[in-house]
Amino acid sequence: MASGTVTSSEYIAHHLTNLTFGNHPVNGLGFAHSAQEAAEMGFWAINVDTMFWSIALGLAFVWFFRKVAKSATSDVPGGAQNFVETIIEFIDDNVKSIFHYKNALIAPLALTIFVWIFLMNTMDLVPVDWIPFLAAEMGIHFMKVVPTTDVNATAGMALSVFALILYYSIKQKGLGGFLAELSFQPLGKWLLPFNLFLEVVGLLAKPVSLALRLFGNMYAGEMIFILIALLPFWAQWILSVPWAIFHILVITLQAFIFMVLTIVYLAMAHEDH
Amino acid sequence: MNINLTIIGQAIAFFIFVVFCMKYVWPPLTSALAERKKKIADGLDAAERAERDLKLAQEKATDNLRESKEQAAAIIEQANKRANQIVDEAKEQAREEANRVKAAAEAEIEQEINQAKEALRAQVAALALAGAEKILEASVDEKAHAQLVEKLAAEL
Repeated sequence: MASGTVTSSEYIAHHLTNLTFGNHPVNGLGFAHSAQEAAEMGFWAINVDTMFWSIALGLAFVWFFRKVAKSATSDVPGGAQNFVETIIEFIDDNVKSIFHYKNALIAPLALTIFVWIFLMNTMDLVPVDWIPFLAAEMGIHFMKVVPTTDVNATAGMALSVFALILYYSIKQKGLGGFLAELSFQPLGKWLLPFNLFLEVVGLLAKPVSLALRLFGNMYAGEMIFILIALLPFWAQWILSVPWAIFHILVITLQAFIFMVLTIVYLAMAHEDH
Repeated sequence: MNINLTIIGQAIAFFIFVVFCMKYVWPPLTSALAERKKKIADGLDAAERAERDLKLAQEKATDNLRESKEQAAAIIEQANKRANQIVDEAKEQAREEANRVKAAAEAEIEQEINQAKEALRAQVAALALAGAEKILEASVDEKAHAQLVEKLAAEL
């Protein structure tokens, strides 16, 4: 919790600032000391906390799944294998019901998206002050532990998905086919500029909506946790417990939505008109 | 809330995790699942086959049992018939034997009667002759009366 000298707005701003490492025009290479300094670093800076937590969670995910996959048997499965198989089958069912083409990438992609985003979202349920407090004790001033509340993280994934959409659109239909799809729909070739505008906006809306939906939901959830943390410590549970329980639904749902939309977009990319 | 290099770092991390997942996580797990599915299907098949086999075997056993019962009944029947036949044959043989013995005995008796008659007749003739000689006290010409005596003896 914020010490007595910190105002509420400072506390909130502190919790919403990433640990940014970059080249500041005045202070040179180093960590930003405020949100403003981070902004002044421009594009060539990196949010160390986002990268650290997302990669750590991603590694935890692939380590655990790889460990289970290595010892996977077709005999009676153990507890861990059972758990992993449940997730695999859930993903596989979803992919099979939406994506009807042959592509070995889609299911592992969906699995990675679902589990990784779920894990990153789950960091939201860690009480908002624990890790930043520990980090502060270790001399790290900013520490945002939920990578999906950083728009860079969600946009990074959304843009990767967007790249896959473009890649498979061109691969399946050819560059000409893809351009024709953008130009001659929905109103026929005489309204080509209008069609192009409509379709390009629709195409660009896919990654933007993917990134902003996840970011917006998680950012808002985190913000509410931070606001609840401003209450006296004995009253916080009245709000934080219901919100956390509700948030279990939100983090799962957002991971699921990101995954399903990715599958849908890629299925659309494979679709030939 | 700045867009910065993190966006690229995140995309790279995402790419690496997806590729790792695609190469080392997804295939072994799905193949294990498929293999188990196949095993279960095979097991169910085998169980069904075994059940069918059992049913067939039971039917066969029932058939065999019924057949052997029938056979046993036929054998007993035959044996009974044979026994009756043997008894009948034995009776028949005994009856024939008895008849034969009886006939032989009768023939022997007949013969003995005849012999006795013959002997008696001869004795009677001699006795009659002796009687007549004594009565007449005269020498009777045996030759002249032989015919008469013979006639007498034949009448006895």
